[in-house]
Amino acid sequence: MSRYLLRRLLHAVLIVAGISVISFFFLHLTGDPVGLILPQDATREQIETLRRDLLLDEPIHVQYLHFVASALQGDMGRSIYTREPVLGLILERLPATLELALTALVLSLIIAIPMGVIAALRRGGWLDTISMTLALFGLSMPHFWLGIMLIMLFSVQLNWLPTSGRGTWEQLIMPSVALGASLVALFARLTRSAMLEVLGQDYVRTARAKGLTETVVVGKHALRNALIPLVTVAAMEFGFLLGGAVIIETVFAWPGVGRLIVQSILDRDYPVVQAAVMMLAIVFVVVNLVVDLLYTWLDPNISLGRTDQ
Amino acid sequence: MQQAPRPGDSWRRRFWAHRSAVIGGGLFAAILFGCFVLPMLLGTNPTATSLLHRFEPPVWMEDGALANPLGTDNLGRDLLIRILVGGQVSLMVALATVTVAVTVGLILGTLAGYFGGWVDTIIMRVGDLFLAYPFMLLTISVIAILGPSLIVIVLVLALSDWVTYARTVRGSVLSAREREYVAAARSIGTPDLQILRLHILPNVLSPVLVLATVRAANYIIWESGLSFLGMGVPPPTPTWGMLLAEGRDFILDAWWLATLPGIAIMLTILSINLIGDGLRDAFDPRLKGGRA
Repeated sequence: MSRYLLRRLLHAVLIVAGISVISFFFLHLTGDPVGLILPQDATREQIETLRRDLLLDEPIHVQYLHFVASALQGDMGRSIYTREPVLGLILERLPATLELALTALVLSLIIAIPMGVIAALRRGGWLDTISMTLALFGLSMPHFWLGIMLIMLFSVQLNWLPTSGRGTWEQLIMPSVALGASLVALFARLTRSAMLEVLGQDYVRTARAKGLTETVVVGKHALRNALIPLVTVAAMEFGFLLGGAVIIETVFAWPGVGRLIVQSILDRDYPVVQAAVMMLAIVFVVVNLVVDLLYTWLDPNISLGRTDQ
Repeated sequence: MQQAPRPGDSWRRRFWAHRSAVIGGGLFAAILFGCFVLPMLLGTNPTATSLLHRFEPPVWMEDGALANPLGTDNLGRDLLIRILVGGQVSLMVALATVTVAVTVGLILGTLAGYFGGWVDTIIMRVGDLFLAYPFMLLTISVIAILGPSLIVIVLVLALSDWVTYARTVRGSVLSAREREYVAAARSIGTPDLQILRLHILPNVLSPVLVLATVRAANYIIWESGLSFLGMGVPPPTPTWGMLLAEGRDFILDAWWLATLPGIAIMLTILSINLIGDGLRDAFDPRLKGGRA
């Protein structure tokens, strides 16, 4: 176990290092980033300050090492306009994004798992047909469009929910529904096919033969095993949620990292974009690491590369 | 014996017998016709403004007129023609992205699976990195710096998705490589390239085709998302995402402006997903879902 943990940690560190390389070189993609970063009418002094900030007169690998060294000390650069430290800007908004992404994830699992289980148990029946048709539509809908439709219906027409902002639970409903809708579709399909596979296994037949009630067979024997693949996919889809949050936060004026990214792109405040994107990517890596470790706890059958099997 | 389905009649027949796949195929054909042929027949100019006809509702509503069947926007431009022309960009981006990503994924996945060793390690580790980077963020950060254009968008989408194909290709190549007929071909001294082309590639193509269909639907959503954020193909070319973003400002006065382009996107994705389901079932009947 500890060897696996170590290897998995090392892997995560390597990925984060790779992400930092990608993020760093984006800014240098077109040669001198000063022209990109500063507006055309930048003063001589602004240009000089930025050149010094970015160590542009040093060779590129020195610049990169310096970038990493300061990032490790919590200094990820400063906003070009407000001169505020970027890390603070991001950490201020990260809770909002995580709140939105997690709510969307939990909400979609709560809806999708029963949907998939019922569809699998009533395979070919009308409940199966309805839930799988709904899932197909859910998969086909751009989430930002769904967001606008929700605003039109529940805010403009019915006046039930606020259109934007963060603070109350009412404001959380529409953004998380819009963000989670396509995941409901994905998870429901996945649960259904995993359930169908598990229900055909010998141990389920044995459980039935022992005369256990259907609830116990489905709930205890089948569902628990069917949920295992769902955990990995849910973790992978967390990346989708973080990316999707960029658009959904814009639609609902949700004050998260996504909206900060979009705003900074429009302002051409690239240090903020670079650091924020990198931060979300790191969150994603950490989530996947944690889930991988959880996985071994959920499913003791996974051998973790042990040699004694 | 593996009953290798010869890519002759059999899978095609299975595809055409798949009801929802045929519906999806028909719908997709209609969309292609609508986006690429209908605008020429209609001859309406998608950027022609008409301030006398601002915010006209669709034809089925009160005050609607046949001249603008889906109504007009804030500048009096015809929504129908803008949706049709807007689809051209989405469909072309999806097609171009699939082409680039499949080509890269096919080459790198084949190299990794066939040669193994350090080639495999390097390609797959780099792939892990791309998988770890959430797509939308990768795309946004590159476009933020290079600026939006058709080529940049296609390259960036392909860049963020080649690994999906490479992994599938690698898996198929790995299993094909172990077959007896490949060992036989190698034992009589057949060159690597010929083994790849004749014995391995045919096994790889059908899973890639199924995957490409599913992913193409995603590219359309991503492209419209980028346009929605103002990072898509620049104006005046209308795109679905841009129409949605413009319509969002008028949800109080003109619901159709934000609603109808979204329905166009949804129908397109739906048709592609239906085709994808059909192809998957046709190539691999074992995976068949419960739907008839």
